[in-house]
Amino acid sequence: MIAGLSLLSLVIWVPIAAGVAVLATGSDRNAGLARVLALIGALAGFALSLPLYTQFDNLQAGMQFVEISPWIETFKVTYHLGVDGISVLFILLTTFTTVLVVIAGWKVIEKRVAQYMAAFLFMSGLMNGVFAALDAVLFYVFWEAMLIPMFLIIGIWGGPNRVYAAVKFFLYTLLGSLLMLVAFIYLYTKGGTFEILDFHRLPLTLTEQILIFFAFFMAFAVKVPMWPVHTWLPDAHVEAPTGGSVVLAAIMLKMGAYGFLRLSLPIVPDASHALSGFMITLSLVAVVYIGLVALAQTDMKKLIAYSSISHMGFVTLGFFIFNAYGIEGALVQMISHGFISAAMFLCVGVLYDRMHSRMIADYGGVANKMPIFAAFFVLFAMANSGLPGTSGFVGEFMVIMGAVKANFWYAFLAAVTLIFGAAYTLWMVKRVVFGAVANDHVEHLKDVSSREFLVLGLLAVAVLGMGLYPLPFTEVMHHSVNNLLSHVAQSKL
Amino acid sequence: MTEMQKLYLLVPLAPLAGAVIAGLFGWLIGRAASHWVTILSVAISFVTSVVIFQDVLAGHTFNGSVYTWLTTGDTRFEIGFLIDRLTAVMMLVVTFVSLMVHIYTIGYMREDPGYQRFFSYISLFTFSMLMLVMSNNFVQLFFGWEAVGLVSYLLIGFWYTRPTAIYANLKAFLVNRVGDFGFLLGIGMVLANFGTLDYAAVFARAPEMAGQMITLIPGQEWMLMTVICILLFIGAMGKSAQFPLHVWLPDSMEGPTPISALIHAATMVTAGIFMVARMSPLFELSETALSVVMVIGAITALFMGFLGVIQNDIKRVVAYSTLSQLGYMTVALGASAYSVAIFHLMTHAFFKALLFLAAGSVIMGMHHDQDIRNMGGLRKYMPITWITSLIGSLALIGTPFFSGFYSKDSIIEAVGLSHLPGSGFAYFAVVAGVFVTAFYSFRMYFLVFHGKERFQTHASHGHGEHGHGGKPHESPWVVTLPLIMLAIPSVVIGYITIQPMLFGDYFQGSIFVSGNHPAMEELMHEFHGAFGMAVHALTSLPFWLALSGAGTAWFFYMKRPDIPEAIKQRFSLIYTVLEHKYGFDEFNDWFFAGGARLIGRSLWKGGDVAVIDGFFVNGTARLIGWFSTLTRRLQSGYIYHYTFAMIIGVFVLMTLFVKG
Repeated sequence: MIAGLSLLSLVIWVPIAAGVAVLATGSDRNAGLARVLALIGALAGFALSLPLYTQFDNLQAGMQFVEISPWIETFKVTYHLGVDGISVLFILLTTFTTVLVVIAGWKVIEKRVAQYMAAFLFMSGLMNGVFAALDAVLFYVFWEAMLIPMFLIIGIWGGPNRVYAAVKFFLYTLLGSLLMLVAFIYLYTKGGTFEILDFHRLPLTLTEQILIFFAFFMAFAVKVPMWPVHTWLPDAHVEAPTGGSVVLAAIMLKMGAYGFLRLSLPIVPDASHALSGFMITLSLVAVVYIGLVALAQTDMKKLIAYSSISHMGFVTLGFFIFNAYGIEGALVQMISHGFISAAMFLCVGVLYDRMHSRMIADYGGVANKMPIFAAFFVLFAMANSGLPGTSGFVGEFMVIMGAVKANFWYAFLAAVTLIFGAAYTLWMVKRVVFGAVANDHVEHLKDVSSREFLVLGLLAVAVLGMGLYPLPFTEVMHHSVNNLLSHVAQSKL
Repeated sequence: MTEMQKLYLLVPLAPLAGAVIAGLFGWLIGRAASHWVTILSVAISFVTSVVIFQDVLAGHTFNGSVYTWLTTGDTRFEIGFLIDRLTAVMMLVVTFVSLMVHIYTIGYMREDPGYQRFFSYISLFTFSMLMLVMSNNFVQLFFGWEAVGLVSYLLIGFWYTRPTAIYANLKAFLVNRVGDFGFLLGIGMVLANFGTLDYAAVFARAPEMAGQMITLIPGQEWMLMTVICILLFIGAMGKSAQFPLHVWLPDSMEGPTPISALIHAATMVTAGIFMVARMSPLFELSETALSVVMVIGAITALFMGFLGVIQNDIKRVVAYSTLSQLGYMTVALGASAYSVAIFHLMTHAFFKALLFLAAGSVIMGMHHDQDIRNMGGLRKYMPITWITSLIGSLALIGTPFFSGFYSKDSIIEAVGLSHLPGSGFAYFAVVAGVFVTAFYSFRMYFLVFHGKERFQTHASHGHGEHGHGGKPHESPWVVTLPLIMLAIPSVVIGYITIQPMLFGDYFQGSIFVSGNHPAMEELMHEFHGAFGMAVHALTSLPFWLALSGAGTAWFFYMKRPDIPEAIKQRFSLIYTVLEHKYGFDEFNDWFFAGGARLIGRSLWKGGDVAVIDGFFVNGTARLIGWFSTLTRRLQSGYIYHYTFAMIIGVFVLMTLFVKG
């Protein structure tokens, strides 16, 4: 456990240090070295995160691998890290995704390779920081810092309309999070500390709670994103390079949901209960409205982006029905969506690298030329439609089960995704993958390279593994979730 | 783990292993090895099922878990097996038909480039179907349920370059998803009210929930059991293609014929029937639900039969007859005659698989022409296919002593004894259906095998390399052997098994019938042995209806082909309605598919693009831009402007100060 004491610091700072090293390789003349260093950094991050799972004590509800040291003593700000059953899996998801993104960008990125790779490594460390931070200021610093590399990734390596998308992304998320900072400062003035765990115990009146709830809501709802503050996401995805889309969908969206669970629910439980109807409504609008909007998309990346919003609707629905099925289902859905959305965006990336088009209409009959790719694509599409046996089913199933318990009609509307999700995903598959070879460009497509096979294969194993045996994922979270539920059930008034 | 438990595991895992080997390594091991490995694995599965069947007959049932899939809250979701007599008979049917279809496929798909992929899929299907029937809980049932749907999707779209095939498979998947939508909510209701999804635990608690009422819409109280059963039955309607979710099944004929036999006739489409029979302890508690089941089944049985009359594609005729027969099974479920439904499921699996495979053999003989108007007189060229088709057709129309007779006649009798609302209509539908069934079955039979040879010789089509000079030809032994193997049970299985399955205690413990629904009991009193039943039937209405149906078909299509033509002219409105399949496809395409796309587009362009982005997001940006243009004017850079502003400011402040 000596190493365990600083394990969380290592998963944060090793990727960042590796990022600095990658940057130091300088111009594209050393691109090869930059790639190798980046891969080593990403693998090191992943390797360091594994003991977090293997040494995690499932029977303990509280924080583990805790590190605490003073930072800004005047304001009692501390460098306080720790993970519980809710956050630990996300650190693994982050480090795993970083490895995939580095491999996926290996050949595709040819300009400013070092900077590209470094940006992802920085982001990986910062995102781990968000999931591990137990001090509000530290949380806020990681939260905002994370935006910068993503802003650069979209703005530099993105598509033709990248500047609009990058600015929209940045302003949307920044405006939201400023209110979170205000809420933190208010809580500090009330409690005299920035410790998130102390905030959980701070008594607050209902008015205070509701104001704080909305301050948090602005920050988290934008990030999730919830309807109606979701419109930055399709633009950001469309313009972002494949790797950017993967990290955005797989992890950044989870930040908002994580924030609801780590901050909103326990700090303002009464407001959360009082406003649960509001939250559930927005979640169901996301599932149904966005499901229909996804059906109308002609751009594959936009379609997957809308599908992400719809799936994240399940997450917020799961949180605000306040039962174990719902919350654990939502957490499972978050991880599963990390795998599936990453896989879907990587699949589109594979096509885009060959054809330089994201338009569904430009494809048709890809299976004739890329049978292995087609098999992967159909598998991930099925996972996206929530087919049992894939991870996509587990979370949706649990949330729907929890929703029936709460109110039959919540479940009824949520279960509509069974139809819509299959409709927009498989309709896209039909138009892209199946059919006769549509045009000359498709005629000359080459099947996946071994590098692409490796990335998609890893995700396929993850998606099927989690679908067939989700127990290892839920075991970890049980005690923390139960703890959270009993905490939220107690009124602060 | 005991020896038997290992065998239980072997049954589904063998085909799974075959599927994985043929699917992932088919390119490496080649065509022959791929079909051998899958056939061998399904054969192992079949033999093991026979062993298990005997063990079950000896009284050894099993209900236990294999592994814990998930725990959440205080609920455990397990993957586990329930091996009882209902399961055992399903396992036998599934593995036997699957084995026959595997062998048949060697011949049917011989020239197809996707050979290994096809074998992989049908083995995967066998695995999924076995997991479905062997499940001891709702989650695994749903797993198998969706997994067979997946394989069905992959197989209907097997020839993925054909636009019709990839339209049909998407349609099949989505229509099934509509059913699954209800099914999953039903499962949710079970979990929410029973706290578990384990069959045994749910069934044990069912009686105490019988009187429970729930309020879903304020002011409307419903029986909990009715809600649960109808939701579950919506799932069955999708999978077993019951009106109005039947629309996907005829289109599924786009898939290769072996899977039409295996999936869309013998096994997968009967999953809904199996599920309702499995849930008999729940359905027995709600007469409303049973009535719904019976009426839906009756509508399907009769109205889908009518559609079979005007089809000219050999596979579509058989497909509509499948729809109609599934309706019969559903009617039996509604009449609380679960054992009869399963009995008909079994006999139907044999003779309908036979009819489909025979149709496939005809299609091969006809060089992939499926239009029965182009056939005729094939009996000379394809003797084995001819005889086996005749056997299948006789079984289907319920000729006494054939297997279909025993099951179908029992359904008619059972419905006649039911007292639920709707049973009068159901009785009429199943009796009238007998005539319709006989008519379209023998219409097809005569048009294909008898009469004038209407086919063109296909010598010019480049098939010369087969050396049969373009004439229709009998299929190779890998095709005819399964036909013969299926013809045998199509004749005898009913005679042998009716006594134990319907009137013995075969289903004791796995099917529950409440004392309020005594149809089966009364039926038992009338039953005096299989032989007597068949002889007695010779004087009954259904037999004469079947005979006249077949006779009418002979007269219309062999003697006076002008009559059907005249009828078509005379009743062109009815003909048009039937030709459009009552307009369901058009309506669904226009209303549901078109409507969803339209709403999606309007929400996107209107909601996201115009209102949220256009007004709020970019509007905010514009507002700030406008405001800053305005304030920028103040920063004019002229000293006298600033001085002026300053003087005004000082003046205002002084005024306030002095007043204060």
